[in-house]
Amino acid sequence: MEPVIELDKVDAGYPGATILKNVSFDVRKGEVFALLGTSGCGKSTIMKHMIGLNPVLGGRLKVCGMEWSDRTRARLCRKIGVMYQSGALFGNMNCLENVMLPLEEFSRLGRKARRERAMALLADVELADAAQKMPAEISGGMRKRVAIARAMALDPEVVFLDEPSAGLDPVTSASLDNLILKLKSEKAMTFVVVTHELPSIFKIADRCAMFDKSRQAMIALGVPAELKESSEDPFVRNFFSRGECHV
Amino acid sequence: MALFDSMGRRWLALFKGFHGNLSFLGETTKEWLGMLVHPGRFRFGDAALAFERAAFDGLPICGGIGFLLGVILSFQSAAALQQFGVEIYVSDLITIGLFRELGPLVTAIILAGRSGSAFAAEIGTMKVDEELDALTTMGLPPVRFLVMPRVAAAILAMPILTIFAELAGLVGGAIVLEMMNVPNAVFWRHVAATADTFMILFGLGKACLFGLLVGLVGCSAGMRTQNTADGVGRAATAAVVGGIVSIALADGILAVICYAWNL
Ligand SMILES: Nc1ncnc2c1ncn2[C@@H]1O[C@H](COP(=O)(O)OP(=O)(O)O)[C@@H](O)[C@H]1O
Ligand SMILES: [Mg+2]
Repeated sequence: MEPVIELDKVDAGYPGATILKNVSFDVRKGEVFALLGTSGCGKSTIMKHMIGLNPVLGGRLKVCGMEWSDRTRARLCRKIGVMYQSGALFGNMNCLENVMLPLEEFSRLGRKARRERAMALLADVELADAAQKMPAEISGGMRKRVAIARAMALDPEVVFLDEPSAGLDPVTSASLDNLILKLKSEKAMTFVVVTHELPSIFKIADRCAMFDKSRQAMIALGVPAELKESSEDPFVRNFFSRGECHV
Repeated sequence: MALFDSMGRRWLALFKGFHGNLSFLGETTKEWLGMLVHPGRFRFGDAALAFERAAFDGLPICGGIGFLLGVILSFQSAAALQQFGVEIYVSDLITIGLFRELGPLVTAIILAGRSGSAFAAEIGTMKVDEELDALTTMGLPPVRFLVMPRVAAAILAMPILTIFAELAGLVGGAIVLEMMNVPNAVFWRHVAATADTFMILFGLGKACLFGLLVGLVGCSAGMRTQNTADGVGRAATAAVVGGIVSIALADGILAVICYAWNL
């Protein structure tokens, strides 16, 4: 499987504050890749490097074979879709307009076709009836689903989801997982998912990387079920088995 | 030692803020130039909304303050001029005062308080909510989406608000002079004779410049909002303070230029 995202000895963090050192892994085409770890360990930091918001502090990071730079930015932005932790819908537009925005700016579709495409995307996330609602009028889980629809609008190659199920009830959270699996199988997209939820990890993630804040390093890389069984690292085993009681 | 340390830090912070403002200005200029090539990129809808809020919703307060300004100026100067029996010259004084200086200045300060702070708070809230990041990763520069429409709205709102405040100020002056037995007709004749086109246009030009400053400073403060509990509040404060300081600075520089060139 060809890699879509390649991290080679990446130092992650912010200018003057290294959070993770020497991180290397690949995300392969068509897989769901999970970023795991305790809160504050640098999952979102790594994701912000991958989506080109912050430059890496060291090493090389390639998305679709390109590094982020002023020259590649416009092309790379078209290849990715991002759902932020809060949804980050634009508050002055209704849900439909939020999904239509990337289509208006980048697609060659006519007005009517854009509208139909956006409605189809909302139907994919089962929110067609909320199209005319403003973001403030819908629940957090609905906002995240609209944000997923917006991230999918331009058929990106990689979709990044920052904590899609955090703060959601178990039913909504499970339906989000099903949505991700459905989109993965129907559209053959690659997903990078930041998550804490063990049931969700075992259900959707093909592979995962785990980070540890105190060691400032990636401490595990592989298939979740295998890591749970056979990891040498007590921290990793502990992370996976502690969730047993929640399942 | 500690004093030098804290002073050093202050200067460093000031320099960093300056640097941040410069790169913000650079990006804004780049977007303006890009807009000349692709006018279709301008977000007219957003600009219209910002304009409505800055201009029309600001009319009552600008009119009210302008009126009071006219009344106060008239009373204060009338007291002095009455001693010589020339209270009619009050009309000349408030015409020049309002059109050249106070109209644009006071309107700009009101705009900084009303709209500069609103720009900073709106953009700051979007930043804290990751909406700016969302725009960036969608390949849509936040400057084009959020800053340009607001700055344009501020520039266009200022002349309208200024004229309104100035007219209200003249009405205030007319009422005061009426009470001092100067007939209205005489007052307005003096106003018409004093106000020349250059003076009015110069004042309105200044108004546009102040609008540009208030818009830029407000948006820049919003874009630099920190992700803390009081981040948005601080951004709004910075927008008002920075806006007023930059207006005063610009006005001072213009006054020196006018004096040097005898304008
Ligand atoms: N803008 C920033 N500048 C410096 N440090 C930051 C910044 N944002 C987050 N951090 C720090 O980076 C660490 C990792 O944060 P983050 O990647 O958001 O964690 P999480 O794994 O929960 O998503 C945290 O300790 C946080 O304090
Ligand atoms: Mg996070």
